[in-house]
Amino acid sequence: MAHHRLASPPAEDGLRKPVGRRRFLGYLIAAPTLVVAAELTRNQIFGAPEASAAALPSVPQTPEAYDLLDALRDAMRPTANLIRIEVGRDGTVSFALPRSDNGQGIVTSTQMIIAEEMDLDVDQVRVTLADARPELLFNQITGGSSTTFTTYTPIRVAAALARGRLLEAGAQLLAQDVRTVTSRKGLVLGAGGRSIPFGELAEKAASDTTRQVEVTLKAREKFSVIGKPHNKTDARDIVTGRKVFATDLQIPDALPTVICRAPDLNGTPDDVDNLDDVRSMPGVTDVEVVSTGVAVRARTFGQAIDAVNALQVSWNRGTVAGEDDESILRRVRAAELPMAVPAGVGRTIDRAFTFWTASNSSLETNCALADVRSDRAEIWGPMKNPIAAQGDIAKIVDLPISKVTVHVTQGGGSFGRKLFYDAALEAAECSKVFGKPVKLMWTRADDSRQGRVHPMSTSRVRAQVGADAVLSYEQRHTSVATQINPGLGEPVTAAAVKAPLGNLTLSESIFELTQVTPYEFGVSTRLLNEVDMRFNTSAMRNIYSPNVATARELMVDELAAAMGKDPYEFRREFLRGARLRGVLDAVAKEGRWGRSMKKGTAQGLGVHTEYKAATAALVEIDCRPETVDRPIREGVTGPRVTRVTFAVDVGLVVNPRGLEAQMMGGISDAIALILTSSLHLTDGHFVEASWDNYFYTRQWNTPPELNVVIVESDAPEPGGAGELGLSAACGAIANAYVRATGIVPEYFPINHKDPFPFEPKPTVPPIPESPTDGLDFTY
Amino acid sequence: MGTHTFTLNGERVTVDVEDDVRLLWVIRDMLGVTGPKYGCGINVCKACTSHINGKAFNPCSVPVGAISDDDEVTTIEGLADGDKLHPMQEAWLDRDVAQCGYCQPGQIMAAVAKVRQCQEEGRDLDDDAIEEIRNICRCGTYNRIREAIKAGAENM
Repeated sequence: MAHHRLASPPAEDGLRKPVGRRRFLGYLIAAPTLVVAAELTRNQIFGAPEASAAALPSVPQTPEAYDLLDALRDAMRPTANLIRIEVGRDGTVSFALPRSDNGQGIVTSTQMIIAEEMDLDVDQVRVTLADARPELLFNQITGGSSTTFTTYTPIRVAAALARGRLLEAGAQLLAQDVRTVTSRKGLVLGAGGRSIPFGELAEKAASDTTRQVEVTLKAREKFSVIGKPHNKTDARDIVTGRKVFATDLQIPDALPTVICRAPDLNGTPDDVDNLDDVRSMPGVTDVEVVSTGVAVRARTFGQAIDAVNALQVSWNRGTVAGEDDESILRRVRAAELPMAVPAGVGRTIDRAFTFWTASNSSLETNCALADVRSDRAEIWGPMKNPIAAQGDIAKIVDLPISKVTVHVTQGGGSFGRKLFYDAALEAAECSKVFGKPVKLMWTRADDSRQGRVHPMSTSRVRAQVGADAVLSYEQRHTSVATQINPGLGEPVTAAAVKAPLGNLTLSESIFELTQVTPYEFGVSTRLLNEVDMRFNTSAMRNIYSPNVATARELMVDELAAAMGKDPYEFRREFLRGARLRGVLDAVAKEGRWGRSMKKGTAQGLGVHTEYKAATAALVEIDCRPETVDRPIREGVTGPRVTRVTFAVDVGLVVNPRGLEAQMMGGISDAIALILTSSLHLTDGHFVEASWDNYFYTRQWNTPPELNVVIVESDAPEPGGAGELGLSAACGAIANAYVRATGIVPEYFPINHKDPFPFEPKPTVPPIPESPTDGLDFTY
Repeated sequence: MGTHTFTLNGERVTVDVEDDVRLLWVIRDMLGVTGPKYGCGINVCKACTSHINGKAFNPCSVPVGAISDDDEVTTIEGLADGDKLHPMQEAWLDRDVAQCGYCQPGQIMAAVAKVRQCQEEGRDLDDDAIEEIRNICRCGTYNRIREAIKAGAENM
């Protein structure tokens, strides 16, 4: 599938930075064995926005100089505490990463960064996920594709300091000059073939006082780990079934717990007719009314589900009672902000697109374990925002924050949803009400119907075209409000977001900080308006970008056509900056732009810049009836993306194999969002209850050919990867579809208004019964 | 309540539980074998794919009462031969398939069964055969899964 071509790292002077740029301050921490630390902040400086020589340059837009990654970093700066690397007497080098890994590979890349600075093998570094550390304030949130960008330098500073101390201690013990000793694979190596393991130096290298120390980082041209492909370090545990997710934890007496939920979205329980009957069902230990439904605790999840389905509950209506797709869309359209340029002034082109609601459900449903006692509480779960969770849980269980321990478990996918901790709050409430530990899990139907969604939005674009220039380009994005709560990950902005208009302010900040129209289109404006706070929402590999980019890239193809230009040539002429032109050229060459295609099939292009990175996609699609109508049982086929060439310039690449994996995931999501996957709201609830209703990309939708090209970059630092693959791919798939069919869709995914290829599942009882005929389908 | 005995990953196991409890919950919640994952409970996502007497099946959709004394159930934990991984597991490592890893035990068990099925039926393990695999990967690792299945099959 993928190949990459990494250039040898550029020389230091090529990065326009002085030698002193590699010198930082780290901390030696007073401890029995060597403990080093660094502030989780950085002060690297990015180059100023590139000046443009084009005819009608647009003024620099906010993200080009200062984007969400900078905002997240700066949010951390004033209050940041220290991250620590410890060297144990047994030689282990360990680090508790204050982030959440849901498959992005950040544990592996963090091991690589530490291994690089300490001359270790990657598997000699132990990286775990840190418990909630409230003293980190803004500094323990996993979102916005920010992990590597924010942690790269601080981790290197700590690791380089550790190595320096070990070398000094080793030199003393060997009675040799420190300049003559080196280290490799956890040994300090001296002259004459003598060596000492790190473990034997852990005490000698320790400090009895805590103090600041100047540290010099390894020069980039000496890197031997960073930039080399590395497999995920938890892969063996995964393929043998040993990787432990939250619901795999064996916490004593934490029995399976499931909540019976309302037929309406966010409906609440009013009364239960048969509590005692259900309490006596097989395996059931507890049944109680809680704030979001009726909770059942049982010996097995199967018995808890049976009990949930037996409950006779009268419900209060939900937050969108009686509403459906069209009524919500009317509210969104009513909130669309006006364009600055009136229609019909000169030659204007208008386009309007609707993006229907999408589920950001991961394969691991919302889940958490809780053991709440009178004097303390302990919570386990896959949380990307554990400090905020800790604060909210403390309120629910009426304990001080210091008595609430929040353990971050490895997550089974997130894509943005696990910035919220709905299951952890429910688990805490259930454990408190039952007076017993619980292992709470949402069923798939709950996760799909009541879980967080990527909200419905519209994107309107108006461009004014001159003879050989685009005079103005305006985009108005209007969306069902995305909850950015809990702010930047801690109680301060979480509270601000809950204040009146607070979320809108933060949303607009994030929109302004992430969205850029990367073309020289004269007067360029982008505005966001959000409406209707009654849905459970969150990002799904970004909040706005995939939709904003789809609308924009469709419009770019239209503008090219209006000016009689080829879509590639047009982009090449109007794109801002060498990095974007570089990735565009890479996909055009590798993907053979303009090659002859059969009728009903076509190529399409898309570009996007975000997360300190530039991306381009060249997609080929097959829209011929024999492909679209392929019979697949309980699935959606539709147009087939047959080939994807994707180029990415993300600056310094820590792990090319991990980066390729993230691009592949983004492309799979793009196929789903443009062609097959959406939720339908009807009578106040979402119809889709499982993967046979909600058509995420499957093997039969997967492009047989995928080529990810990592292009050479002189950017000195790593950008963000987790969400990066999606937007350019969305634009390219949409454009390929238009070029293959001649139809410009008004909404995405294109199948949203097709008849359901399934019989909707009932909402009462809330959980579809498990079949009993599984042995009829063996193979 | 009934007593159910069968072979799980080579060991005889016995549980006392109602006949209609699905085998997935017996394996996970009662026997503590957690490789097979819950992803839907209705035989759609296939995250719990395991083997019964060598064939792929989904224990979320089989009542424990339907399991016989002489049935041999194999989960991902029982696929390797001690420390020696199955060729499909090796292929998964070699291609660095997994991201979050939640679906991958089911993907591997499905892949092994699909390869065996094709071998027995004398079919090619081509893209059409791979596209019969219905297991969902929400991280979108499908391309690497395809590569790994083909590579793993070479050594089976």
